Amino acid sequence: MTFSPDQDHVAAGNGGGVATLDPDELPAPAARSVPWLRIVVIAALIVVAIGLAYLRAGSGVVVTQAVVTGILIGGVYGLVAMGLTLIFGVLDIVNFAHGSFLALALFLTFGLTQAGLHVYLALAISVPAMFLLGVLVQRGILAGAMGKPLENQLLITLGISLIIENALLLFFGGNPRSVALSGDRGVPILGAVANLSRILAFLGALLLAGLLYLLLQRTRLGTAIRAVAANDTGAQLVGIDTRVIYAVTFAIGTACAGAAGTLVAPLVTIEPTTGSLFNIVAFVVVVLGGMGNVVGALVGGLIIGLAEQLGGIYLPGQSPLLSVFIVFVLVLFLRPQGLFRRSA
Amino acid sequence: MTTTTAPAPATAAGKPLPRQPWNRHLLAIAVLTVLLIPLPLILPPAQASVAVRVLIFALMSIGWNMMSGFGGMFSFGHAAYFGIGAYTGAYLLVEHDVSPWIGMLAGMVIAAAFATLIGFLALRYKLRGAYFALATFAFAEMLRLWATNSEFVNRAVGYHVPLRVDTSWWWIQFEPASPNYFWIALGLTVVALVVSVQFVRSRAGMFAKAARDDEDAAATIGIPVMRYKLLTMALSAAITAVAGAFYVQYFLFIDPDLAFGSSVSIQAILPAVIGGVATIWGPVIGAVVMGPLNDVTATILRNPPPALEFLQGRGGLDVIVYGVLLIIIVLLLPKGVYGAIRKRWSRR
Amino acid sequence: MSLLRVENLGKSFKGLRAVDDVSFEVAEGSILGVIGPNGAGKTTMFNLVAGALKPDSGRVHLGGKEITGNAPHKVTAAGMTRTFQLMRPFYSMTVLENVTVAVLAGGGAKRTARTEAAEVIERVGLDRWRDSPTEGLPTAALKRLELARALASKPRVLLLDEVLAGLVPAERAPVMELLERLRAEDGVTLVFVEHIMAAVMRLSDSVLVLDLGRVLTSGAPDEVTRDPRVIEAYLGEDPHAAA
Repeated sequence: MTFSPDQDHVAAGNGGGVATLDPDELPAPAARSVPWLRIVVIAALIVVAIGLAYLRAGSGVVVTQAVVTGILIGGVYGLVAMGLTLIFGVLDIVNFAHGSFLALALFLTFGLTQAGLHVYLALAISVPAMFLLGVLVQRGILAGAMGKPLENQLLITLGISLIIENALLLFFGGNPRSVALSGDRGVPILGAVANLSRILAFLGALLLAGLLYLLLQRTRLGTAIRAVAANDTGAQLVGIDTRVIYAVTFAIGTACAGAAGTLVAPLVTIEPTTGSLFNIVAFVVVVLGGMGNVVGALVGGLIIGLAEQLGGIYLPGQSPLLSVFIVFVLVLFLRPQGLFRRSA
Repeated sequence: MTTTTAPAPATAAGKPLPRQPWNRHLLAIAVLTVLLIPLPLILPPAQASVAVRVLIFALMSIGWNMMSGFGGMFSFGHAAYFGIGAYTGAYLLVEHDVSPWIGMLAGMVIAAAFATLIGFLALRYKLRGAYFALATFAFAEMLRLWATNSEFVNRAVGYHVPLRVDTSWWWIQFEPASPNYFWIALGLTVVALVVSVQFVRSRAGMFAKAARDDEDAAATIGIPVMRYKLLTMALSAAITAVAGAFYVQYFLFIDPDLAFGSSVSIQAILPAVIGGVATIWGPVIGAVVMGPLNDVTATILRNPPPALEFLQGRGGLDVIVYGVLLIIIVLLLPKGVYGAIRKRWSRR
Repeated sequence: MSLLRVENLGKSFKGLRAVDDVSFEVAEGSILGVIGPNGAGKTTMFNLVAGALKPDSGRVHLGGKEITGNAPHKVTAAGMTRTFQLMRPFYSMTVLENVTVAVLAGGGAKRTARTEAAEVIERVGLDRWRDSPTEGLPTAALKRLELARALASKPRVLLLDEVLAGLVPAERAPVMELLERLRAEDGVTLVFVEHIMAAVMRLSDSVLVLDLGRVLTSGAPDEVTRDPRVIEAYLGEDPHAAA
């Protein structure tokens, strides 16, 4: 199944549908460089959006609050999305179970804090745990579906998400739980107020995102991962064991979801369905940022966080998630390859 | 209805053309219908309601299968059409005192229109594969969110179907355990099955399958792909909308989550995947497998083994089984139960 | 009287001129071979003529009516069908069903479609595999299937994209005979892209040479293949060697 946004969009430009294009006749790909123009345009659009929000709300405080809250949660969205986009970029798998790993980490964190552990210390357990689980899931279940049609993968990861979320429902029941951060309080930022837990979640997410980026760019493992993402046959030819890379990459992805789960534990109501909310947002972010583009995922996360909060101002009375979907649909139709191209 | 088939036409070289199975399918449908009619009179009420649920699943999945199986356009948001059918019926009944039959028709039309719109946009912008699936999911979610917050359809409260004193076919209301519910559901499902058969054997169905197999080749041999894809989507949506409309009458209640929630989309997909995507009987077989699961797991959870006592009365086991089934089928029997059996015998 | 007339066809991709001011005419009942080195723009030109791509400039006329930029199914309805270089069968169907769909798509009546399809299959020499599924079919059979599907709509002009590619020499001769029969018995006009020179020499009434998106030259096969510019463009393929 083609899931290649560039190919789809070339076709759109031609109108009648692309049959066979002689590969010799296609121009060489443009050199990779920072797309300054695009960044400027995006920044301008964001400024306009914020400006419009001021007009709509009439109150500067409301808008500032929205912007601050949006960016802070956007960092976490970015972390979750980075994991998801990494999985897609390397394994070509649309991991519908991503959010359920986050949910699992949420409940794990809940359990650990009930046992007396400090929330953020739970990271030391939830991240490795989700990593391990990711390895097991990839080797045990997904390895058999690699290269199969995309619907199969969607269905399998859907199945995994159903199992995880409902296992949580079965064992913990449907009552919402919560985790508190001791010493949590409102912190004034730029004229708005943000919970300390939200700020810490944002900082934690950025930190982990940075570490992931460094891993990918500066370590041998990271280079191997990027090689497999670019060309898995070629990577095999230079001696990279792709099976290991697949498992590790998937596990890194789920570990990202797990980390995000622990980080947001003090912020959200802990229910089995919380994962699917993040799941949806992660998919929107990944499409927005460009499937496979890790930096795009982080930037996309921030943008979606903003969109969600600003949406609450534009469409009062509607769920902020609605504006996220509106953005999603617009991106899918108008620029399915995302803001930034698929990297590598 | 005649059960004999005309002698297969021969070519000039004399090799007779292979027989086609369509009339056999129709015959099987007829026979099955006759056999099933007495079912609600035999079964105890609890089981009879399971049977109705099976039929609703089957109806939803037959609809899904049309577009996603035969048409090859994998939909992850069929809840949109189910919900449109449900809400149209409920709204017209509660707010305007309109018969649910008319509500059902109206729901079919609106769902078909909605599908045509989404389909047109998706095809025009060349959304394929996972992008298309995600777009369908997004539209279903958007409907859910809109319904949850919209005064027009009573927000998250939803609609209760007002209870009537008398029983009535016109208003589709009978005593709670009445076999009429089953018979109506059976009738609707049978009609949907017949429509499936007739669709697949028709020009439109063949064109849809060709476009699924290879869109460019289909266009090249002269098939107006867009037109037939939209037709397939509209039909698919209409059938699923019928399921939604009936659901409201049977369960007497609808709210945004029950109508448009992602679990509804999953319930439309699962029977077809289990039974065999792109087959006539797949959704039915899958529904028969799935339908009782809910009750079976609830029974288990009512009296769990001593070690798992704390699970008593909890929910979620049935969906876990769905998930396990899904994974097993996709990995081991990708053609589903019916598809695997069929492959053993002959090609179809 | 030219059945197919192409004027000043042009198409660019991101600044690269893939097809540049290409013009040619094909008389009814004649066979035109299109040759040129890799990257010459042959397939793109086909796509433009057949409606798979919209040209940036130029026109295409079929039987006097303009069909420039029409969608593929409209081009087929107007009487011109193309085959694909990569075989693209409808994988879920048997050979017979594949061709039946093509007959229906070409406007055939439902009740006679299968019989008509069976006849085309026979014509093309595919009868052995008529009721087989398309998966696992040998290349030669798949090629014929492409032809059968294209013929099902009773086209006036057939665009063949490397119909001999992937066939061993022994398999090529029957296909070439078939093409000749199609022209002789059904009056089908053929335009074919081909790399195998011997086939081009044998089948074509005239030859069009493309290079770098432009028409290099055109004319009778003998003249064209002796033209030094053509030989230079190819560098190495001796047009008179056996296939």
